[in-house]
Amino acid sequence: MSEDRKIRVLIAKPGLDGHERGARIIAYGLRDAGFEVIYTGLRQTPAEIARAAVQEDVDLVGLSILSGAHLSLTRKVLDRLSEMNASDIPVIVGGVVPPEDAETLASMGVAGVFTAGTPVSAVADFIRAQIAKKTD
Amino acid sequence: MASVSWDRLVDGVLSGDVRSLARLITRVENREPGWQEAMKALYPASGKAAVVGITGSPGAGKSTLTNAVAGLFAAQGRKIGVIAVDPSSPFSGGALLGDRLRMRESAVHPDVFIRSMATRGALGGLCQGARDVARIMAAFGKDLILIETVGVGQDEVEVVKAADCVMVVLTPGQGDGIQALKAGIMEIADIYVVNKADRDGADEVVADVLGMLSIAGGEGSPVLKTSAVTGAGIAELAEAVLAGIGRAKNRETWLRERVKAEILSLMENEILNSLVGKFGKNGALEKAVSGILDGKSDPYTAVEALLPGLSEAASGDGRR
Repeated sequence: MSEDRKIRVLIAKPGLDGHERGARIIAYGLRDAGFEVIYTGLRQTPAEIARAAVQEDVDLVGLSILSGAHLSLTRKVLDRLSEMNASDIPVIVGGVVPPEDAETLASMGVAGVFTAGTPVSAVADFIRAQIAKKTD
Repeated sequence: MASVSWDRLVDGVLSGDVRSLARLITRVENREPGWQEAMKALYPASGKAAVVGITGSPGAGKSTLTNAVAGLFAAQGRKIGVIAVDPSSPFSGGALLGDRLRMRESAVHPDVFIRSMATRGALGGLCQGARDVARIMAAFGKDLILIETVGVGQDEVEVVKAADCVMVVLTPGQGDGIQALKAGIMEIADIYVVNKADRDGADEVVADVLGMLSIAGGEGSPVLKTSAVTGAGIAELAEAVLAGIGRAKNRETWLRERVKAEILSLMENEILNSLVGKFGKNGALEKAVSGILDGKSDPYTAVEALLPGLSEAASGDGRR
């Protein structure tokens, strides 16, 4: 059964904004795309996100951030992952992200940035491609 | 993904490395080639932990209760593993695993390891998968492993059969919930928990359960009221769990039955997988399906043709 290995992703919302809709839509959409989606809810700390990513052995972490604090929050999540010896887990960011910040995120090591309006299918395809790349 | 060897992961688990634990669970769950060897290597180290099954209707508060009990046990210095099971969609094969959402307080404790599992609907079902994950956690050094089940269906009964102590979680305002749980679940419970006891009607549920137990001859099983939100009754529940685990160690016949059930379940998986592999590859399965759909055969004849001699041997045994 390893040929159709299940893809596991963590969808997490760091920071203080309470706008959960985007994260939920992505979580439901990825489930419907056949993924196992671990959803941890609102206001997770970067440390909690990194711990969940490691314990659940996810293939990828998706951060939903609408507070404007995407640069500092993403930095912290990447740092916590690295402290847990888990920098190999790719991180993508979704939310309201200006183009110049998207570049900064990419330079930090973020695998992809998805702004509002991206169809879930595009995110799913991106994740599949990421994982295929990693497996090769 | 095949970069790290099984041996390294097994060593990692035995030496307490969290990433190795998480990765090995994934591979065993995916049944990647070599998984049995890994389980064999871990088995001798897995004997000391106790497994607790937590079941009950959806919405009964199983996750919140699991969080409260896990947090309390961890605060007592015990090392805790949690397996939180949610259903896979039979259509997409995907799953939304949301139990962690209600386990934040215990999740931050360094000695608590939480793993979400989807039912996946694979051959052989969830029971063995959850049992394997519990065993890996035990070999890692967890003292107590809590398995929180989906809350519906036959898998429930199977999963909790693997546990040393089983609690069924009920709530007020679910009169029919007890009825629904009766078949199968009520027979295997060691502890009855009436959660959300801060709400009206908790005492009625307690009375219902006691009444049912007196009919079924299950007196002596504790019936406890809890409120996972306020924390009321959690300490008593934790004590009852430890007492239940203590009793399990003395049930020799039951322990034998459990081992036997596991052997049979593993055999069933092996046989089914090998047959599905064989008849899938050589096309015999599809041919049999076509034969039946074309009206030339029937399922009973098809099975006899696929497994010549096997059904005779089995019925011969039965008649002896």
